Amino acid sequence: MLALLAARFNDVDRADDAVQDALVQAVETWATQSIPSNPAGWLYTVAHNRIIDGLRRDAAAARRLQLAAPELTAVPNPDQDEEVPDVETVLDDHGGVGDEQLRLMLLCCHPALDRDTQVALTLRLVGGLTTPEIAAAFLVPEATLAQRIVRAKRKIRDARIPLSIPADLDARVDALLTVLYLIFNEGYLARGGSSDPVRVSLADEAVRLTAQAIDLLSAGPGRVGAAEGGAPGSDTHRAEAEALLALELYHRARLDTRLDGAGEIVLLADQDRSRWDGAMIERANGILRRVLGVGPAGPYQLQALIASQHANAVTAADTDWVSITALYDQLMRVAGSPVVALNRAVAVAMADGPGAGLALLDELGDSLAGYHLYWASRGELLAKSADPQGARAAFERALGLTSNPAEQWHLQRRIASI
Amino acid sequence: MQYLLIITLDESVPPPMPGEPGFDENVQVWGDYTRAIMQSGVLVSGASLQPTPTATTVKHAAGATSIVDGPFAETKEAFAGYYLIDVPDLDAALEWAKKVPLGDGSVEVRPVAMMPDADGTPRTVG
Repeated sequence: MLALLAARFNDVDRADDAVQDALVQAVETWATQSIPSNPAGWLYTVAHNRIIDGLRRDAAAARRLQLAAPELTAVPNPDQDEEVPDVETVLDDHGGVGDEQLRLMLLCCHPALDRDTQVALTLRLVGGLTTPEIAAAFLVPEATLAQRIVRAKRKIRDARIPLSIPADLDARVDALLTVLYLIFNEGYLARGGSSDPVRVSLADEAVRLTAQAIDLLSAGPGRVGAAEGGAPGSDTHRAEAEALLALELYHRARLDTRLDGAGEIVLLADQDRSRWDGAMIERANGILRRVLGVGPAGPYQLQALIASQHANAVTAADTDWVSITALYDQLMRVAGSPVVALNRAVAVAMADGPGAGLALLDELGDSLAGYHLYWASRGELLAKSADPQGARAAFERALGLTSNPAEQWHLQRRIASI
Repeated sequence: MQYLLIITLDESVPPPMPGEPGFDENVQVWGDYTRAIMQSGVLVSGASLQPTPTATTVKHAAGATSIVDGPFAETKEAFAGYYLIDVPDLDAALEWAKKVPLGDGSVEVRPVAMMPDADGTPRTVG
């Protein structure tokens, strides 16, 4: 509904306010009167009227009002059921809501907005989360987040950031996938085991939004892009979006075993695989099978293949570390980074012994000196190499670099156990 | 909607002078860009500025003014020129900003707020 109104009036801010107002009004009136037979149509009409009223009052928007005027006489009273507009008709008029929803999703990830803002806006306008919910999920003060969203809407309005399918759709989809994976990781790392049930599950929200993005990008030419003269994104980018979904599902399937009952970290090798969500893993397997071979393997596809190796290994001992190492080799070429190199070193250690892994960690040296997982990995490999002094020192450095209580507790226990 | 494309670059790397290698190419690419933007009909105005050593700044402090030799701020990147364009939205302005043949530097894209009417009344633009 937000997407439809935002597109119709080319005003994301007004549409957002109007939808919020309509929902409040629904809560108030539906409790005392009966729920209308077409609740969606009712909400749409109320929100639509709200925007018209607002535009009337705004002299500067007189031009936009003239465009909307032909519909004014046609907008019926929402309490007269027989004249409530058929939302299906409204959807058909717009060629399906997918086009507007995709444009809204892509707007939220516009490069003129910084990454934190992209994340907040996506959750707010596409996810429909409230500002307090988003703030709580990211452990950010509510006022800070509210300001961020207000500033973003202002910039969209004042700089006229358009609600449109961009010419370089692939680049924008890249940004969207980055934002979705950021949201997923925030949810994944913060949650698991015992957690505040009031906090929205960001991991589940990310999965939902990723699935939605795939649907929107897969829409046929009649719905997306034809009017704007472009195709709805290349096959490779749809494949990457699907690979991201598979990756998220593989992680999500293990989420409940990441922390034990006391809230302490359980390493991958020690997780109870019988409690991994088999159906979710199968769903991810299916997605990945469909996606393989559609163009060259992108970073999400490679990461999903790695996650697939872990998820489908019956026991930790069955893990095919040689294949995982080969996948990391490819990932280094396609989207190499110090963190990827670190993960590759850990895989090499599992395949070829801790010495081989340590040699690679030595090469990484300075670039990851401030990253606690570098030192934690180093500690594990030194412990396996019968160097307890070195291991303890590495774990101590890791401890000094993380503020996450679960990680701190885990490292303290590792230090004590050497 | 009007946008100002504010072009800045590092003046310590001077452009080639007449007779130096690269001068003709430089004139060509900037000429091509300017011609393209003019032919598109979006150009309102534009100019390249003489470098910051030619600048003089009038400082205002609580209404009192003083004159200072140099640009308003000593920064690594200096304001070098501008194009004022009239396009439908930010994306259109960004496309033109991307095509500026800078090599190294920045093009800030800022929407115009108000401009004077024919009789001098400030009017909201766009």
